[in-house]
Amino acid sequence: MSSVEYLLASRSLAVTRGEVRLINELDFELAQGQLALVVGPNGSGKTSLLRVLAGLSAPALGQVTWRGVELHRLAPEQRSELGYRGHFDGLKKDFTVTENIEFYARLSGHQGRHDQLMSDLSLTEVKDRQVRFLSAGQRRRTGLATLKVGGTRLWLLDEPMTNLDADGRSLLAGWLEAHLHDGGVAVVATHQPDELLRSGTLMIEL
Amino acid sequence: MTGFIVILERDLKLAFRRVSELANPLLFFVIVTSLFPLALSPDRLLLQAVGAGVLWVAALLSSLLALEGLFRADVEDGSMEQLMLSPVPLSIIVLAKITAHWIVSGVPLIALVPVVALSFELPAQALWVMAAALLLATPTLSVLVSIGAALTVSLKSGGSIIGLLVLPLCSPLLIFGARATDLAAQGEAVAGPLYLLGALAVFSVSLGPLAAAAALKVGLE
Amino acid sequence: MKLPRWFHMLGSPPYVYRLAGRLGPWLGAAACLLLVLGTYMGLVVAPPDYLQGEVYRIIYIHPQTAYIGMMAYVILAFAAGIGFIWRLKLAHAVAVSAAPIGASFTFCALVTGSIWGAPTWGTFWEWGDPRIMFELILLFLFIGYMVLRAAFEDRDKADRVSAILGVVGVVNVPIIHYSVEWWNTLHQGPTITRLDGPSMTSDMLVPFLLMVAGFTFCFYWLLLMRLQAEVVAREQGARWLRELAAEGRA
Repeated sequence: MSSVEYLLASRSLAVTRGEVRLINELDFELAQGQLALVVGPNGSGKTSLLRVLAGLSAPALGQVTWRGVELHRLAPEQRSELGYRGHFDGLKKDFTVTENIEFYARLSGHQGRHDQLMSDLSLTEVKDRQVRFLSAGQRRRTGLATLKVGGTRLWLLDEPMTNLDADGRSLLAGWLEAHLHDGGVAVVATHQPDELLRSGTLMIEL
Repeated sequence: MTGFIVILERDLKLAFRRVSELANPLLFFVIVTSLFPLALSPDRLLLQAVGAGVLWVAALLSSLLALEGLFRADVEDGSMEQLMLSPVPLSIIVLAKITAHWIVSGVPLIALVPVVALSFELPAQALWVMAAALLLATPTLSVLVSIGAALTVSLKSGGSIIGLLVLPLCSPLLIFGARATDLAAQGEAVAGPLYLLGALAVFSVSLGPLAAAAALKVGLE
Repeated sequence: MKLPRWFHMLGSPPYVYRLAGRLGPWLGAAACLLLVLGTYMGLVVAPPDYLQGEVYRIIYIHPQTAYIGMMAYVILAFAAGIGFIWRLKLAHAVAVSAAPIGASFTFCALVTGSIWGAPTWGTFWEWGDPRIMFELILLFLFIGYMVLRAAFEDRDKADRVSAILGVVGVVNVPIIHYSVEWWNTLHQGPTITRLDGPSMTSDMLVPFLLMVAGFTFCFYWLLLMRLQAEVVAREQGARWLRELAAEGRA
């Protein structure tokens, strides 16, 4: 009997998009520090799966639990441990980097100064620039900052490497590694699993 | 409660980043109102008789225009998903957005309508009643249009049917508001319709956001 | 919550299909009987009205269609609400079936109301009549529901989103009704609301009630037929349906 505590678990999960059943009978568990990579061709249901894991859509069958509690029964504090970033960053174009980060901090109840965070993500020079003027890499890093500032333990990332150059990709991989090292969990949909593969990675192939 | 304030502040801040866009519904209101004398006749007695109604219909349409995109920007950049995932209940988020919108669009409209009403030669006591009635009716109006916006949030051509969905539901507002204005112009008591508008405001503001939140959840699945 | 067995059976499409098929003809027959009887008594037996002459006879159709239209909307909202809360596809099917029937009855109410009012109003439409205005708004509510449904490709989403509209609508209906009545009290116009009709003697009341019952049965008969069609549409490819079709051919 394993003493490992699983954070994220799915049982007999079935996911549909519209009327089409994309995923059937998916069972998996992720412990602290574990990464799951979701791979598959376009349209195979990677985004739909991530949305179900985030609790944005209900599964057709089965259930997803976080710390043993079904997603729709989570208390607000546990809910805010889940972080999801889809194809869009969730950043307001008219806000500056700082304003976006501060908004997400206040939203999840974590106020404070974020200079260190911005410096770690090389955003200090652009901290007062509106997001509309940022490059793809800078936006991605800002998105990452908002994820971190919310105190999220679970990272659900939908193809986070898109539109990033080599530097951007290695930065992201580094931050992901740091997150996992700190005891976080992550599920990442990607077309390039090799860049993120590490020991103990769970592969979900659709 | 803090969640409400956070979102309210955010939306207000964002609105003021695009100040020029705030004027559009107000301009629309003025243009629509001016079309009536052109279409009907500039006869002063006629305009005085139809003035209240024309203004209310124009205000209704202008609010429809202003609010139909309430959720669109957030849905398009992924912010709505993030808001839905936050610990703040979705109905509170909706209420905060509606409130921000009302402050930025509704209040200027309430101030503008009596000014335009002067051009229809409505008597002074009617102007006050009209402003009061609008103050009470615009919250309900905002809630109803936001429900329409939430119902159509995932539709590409949602904007074209939102009027069909929402305008029939707005008829009581029109009836109570425009008729109250007319009654005031005739010097009669208007407490009744104003109380009714107030009651509708309380009712819709407390329950409407729940319907809008439910519609958003389903629409964005 | 433990629900009785028949409630669960109502969630089974083949059961509902067969039930509708069995009940339907009886309802249809009852409707026919009552409507024919009521029409005969209303047109031939009942005397002409003291004030309104022969025109008043619309009272045997107009109020009934208006009442059924209203009832249809309540049924729609109720069914859609149940479907939304308990995720019952068949409840949504009932709502979807009720919509066009309710809209048609409401449309008939508008037409018969116009016909009735024309002699007094002098025109086929009187904006000043509160009942007509209310029925017009109700018609728009039906149309809104149907248009919203049609805008969604995903049937499940269409069901649930329009259910919300239905519930919001039904909550508004009493408010709209009250506001239109109040609006009418402000009128100083010479139009007496014709649609009140004469106070009824017993030989007018009997056909009136017969027509109420007849139209009610007619509504439910149409609803069940429409429901059968809706069930078939939703269950495309299901085994029970294929077996049924095979049976029918044998």
